[in-house]
Amino acid sequence: MEYAKPNLSDYGFFKIPMKNQEPVAGILPFGIATELFSDYAEKLRFIQVPVNMKISVQADNTLLFPIGTTFIKTFYYFVDKYQPELGRRLIETRLLMNTIDGWLAFPYIWNEEQSDAVLAIAGDRMQVDWINEHGESMDILYSVPNVNQCKGCHVYENKLKPIGPKIRNLNMDYMYSDGSMNQLIKWESSGILSNLSEIAHLPRTAKANDFNETLNGRARAWIDINCAHCHRKGGPAETSGLFLELEQKNLRALGVMKPPIAAGRGTSKFKYTIVPGEPEKSIMLYRIRSTDPGIMMPELGRRLTHMEGAELVREWIKAMPKSGK
Amino acid sequence: MSKVTFRLIIINIFLSTAFANFEKELQTQLILAEPGDTITLDEGRFEILGTLSMEGKENIVIRGAGMDQTILSFSNQIEGAQGLSITNCKRIILENFTIQNTIGDGIKVQYTDGIVFRNIKAEWTGGPKETNGAYGLYPVQCSNVLIEHSMSIGASDAGLYVGQSKNIIVRNSEVYHNVAGIEIENSINADVYNNYAHDNTGGILIFDLPDLIQKSGKNVRIFNNLIENNNLDNFAPEGNIVGQVPPGTGIMVMAVEKVEIFKNTIRNNKTAGTTIVSYFITEEAIEDSLYNPYTASIYIHDNIYERESQLPTLNHDIGVLLALRFRCHVPDIIYDGMPDPRYANADGQIPADRRLCLENNLNAGYVNLDISKNFNKWYSPFIASFSTDKDECNCSQTPISAVKLNIIE
Repeated sequence: MEYAKPNLSDYGFFKIPMKNQEPVAGILPFGIATELFSDYAEKLRFIQVPVNMKISVQADNTLLFPIGTTFIKTFYYFVDKYQPELGRRLIETRLLMNTIDGWLAFPYIWNEEQSDAVLAIAGDRMQVDWINEHGESMDILYSVPNVNQCKGCHVYENKLKPIGPKIRNLNMDYMYSDGSMNQLIKWESSGILSNLSEIAHLPRTAKANDFNETLNGRARAWIDINCAHCHRKGGPAETSGLFLELEQKNLRALGVMKPPIAAGRGTSKFKYTIVPGEPEKSIMLYRIRSTDPGIMMPELGRRLTHMEGAELVREWIKAMPKSGK
Repeated sequence: MSKVTFRLIIINIFLSTAFANFEKELQTQLILAEPGDTITLDEGRFEILGTLSMEGKENIVIRGAGMDQTILSFSNQIEGAQGLSITNCKRIILENFTIQNTIGDGIKVQYTDGIVFRNIKAEWTGGPKETNGAYGLYPVQCSNVLIEHSMSIGASDAGLYVGQSKNIIVRNSEVYHNVAGIEIENSINADVYNNYAHDNTGGILIFDLPDLIQKSGKNVRIFNNLIENNNLDNFAPEGNIVGQVPPGTGIMVMAVEKVEIFKNTIRNNKTAGTTIVSYFITEEAIEDSLYNPYTASIYIHDNIYERESQLPTLNHDIGVLLALRFRCHVPDIIYDGMPDPRYANADGQIPADRRLCLENNLNAGYVNLDISKNFNKWYSPFIASFSTDKDECNCSQTPISAVKLNIIE
């Protein structure tokens, strides 16, 4: 825990008052195309790259982050989603730091006054309420992950790794204080990214909530960010033989007519992860909809169903041609 | 009392139940543990609401006051599927405690080299139920696994389950009221001995399944076990492979090579004392080109079979077929007669070192279902003349060597 400072303020990422989440010079806000669902929490993301260091784009389009890179992600809820002027409540800020000992993850929990956040290596649970975009009062027991749970998702081949910041997830415009710009170009022009090739030739993940995108693109993007951090070779769910990353082309590995391995109650009496054209007989949709901790997927990080995500996956399976027809 | 104070009190009560001190302190210890540490669990019963986890540690002992003295109860679990989750560790010893009523698996251990379960119980206290968690003790993708003097009661899949692992010993343990008592799946080098597997749906299962990272399970020895009365109705949630195990199964070997079953007492398992089958029995399509669905080199010797006169299960196709053909006198050893045809010579003979061999088994009846010939039409099994001549398996195989674990036992 030698890298973790006791308070978020100890790092000096944000101007005072910290609750405004305005980063100091040298820290850039960013977004990713499709987000992991976290009980409808809103997220603010920032990256800090050490001065005079650069992220470098590798030949296979992966990003190599220099030692000292820190990702900062703050989770919050608006008091009332449709009256943002009523303010917001910051819940937690998670840090993902690249050190000489590898990537490390630490959660910080915001105090009641919203003046600072305190390190919570064992995580915590707290009651959180807000009014959602449909005007409904929401009330959940929110879980801040402990450092092991952070790694539970961020692990790849036994090492902690960032999940979201990939070329294809970053390759989109972002509204900066001085105007909109492609994030990769912004990173390059800010001097934190090198070896960037022609943007038009780089892969791009669809936005799951953008109806101008294809159904397949949206669904695969949602499944990639919500499932594939575990469901890929080298990820903790590789024991299932179900591999859900965006690049996966093998339909059986994606779950089509694939019997489960160790799904337990998660099957709901269904025989296959995906039955083409039959979302209501597909284990995948059943587990995405469930909120029972013994059934639901992902296993952690939510108490609610992502209704929009589940609907997207339902449409996607529904649109697959039924076998034998 | 003002409304505000009252509300604060309520919130405090809620928070203290939401993350009780015991749970938070134990989780903190699990995170901060240094190599060589022993984490001691006091005597008592402790309510835990979320999965406890340990990650990336070496040389840690987690020790309770006794199997029935320290009970971690997950009856009110709200978060995570497992009770205790251990990943990416080396040389971990778990001793002397019980994990109870988890929503999912009791203890899951993954990517760990050197894991000992000693005097550990995983149980679901409401009897065998479909809503019980899947696995009791669940090491997967591990090496050097020792499970001893442990128990599993009520798992809706397998009680003591070792999957995709290497170098395994499961001994001196007791399992009952699980769907599968002990299961070794896609694993290499396993010794399963001195166990008492009773009143499960199936006592001991040795399986190899397709689509997994570690394939070609082999070198499994099952010996000196007492395997009896495994006649429990199959209560696995539908859709799970173990849901296909017929109630009344003593030992079932599916799609594995090099299995030696000896000196066991296998009695009163009403459908099949010992079944040797290929993966085709599941009737699932195989798309994994690297997967071998056949059994080979199965050596069953010096076992004692006993069987009361009773009908096999009628809740399974195989049971119904056996009942029609054999009534109350079902043979003890049931072979599907499906060796890997790629190894057959011009006469259809399988090389000696890949055969099923039966030797010196007391009271063992035998039937070869010869599935590829006798099940090609729906009515064929009802008119087929199954071979019950065990002389066709009169041979022996080279004994499999004992497993050596590279851990301090």
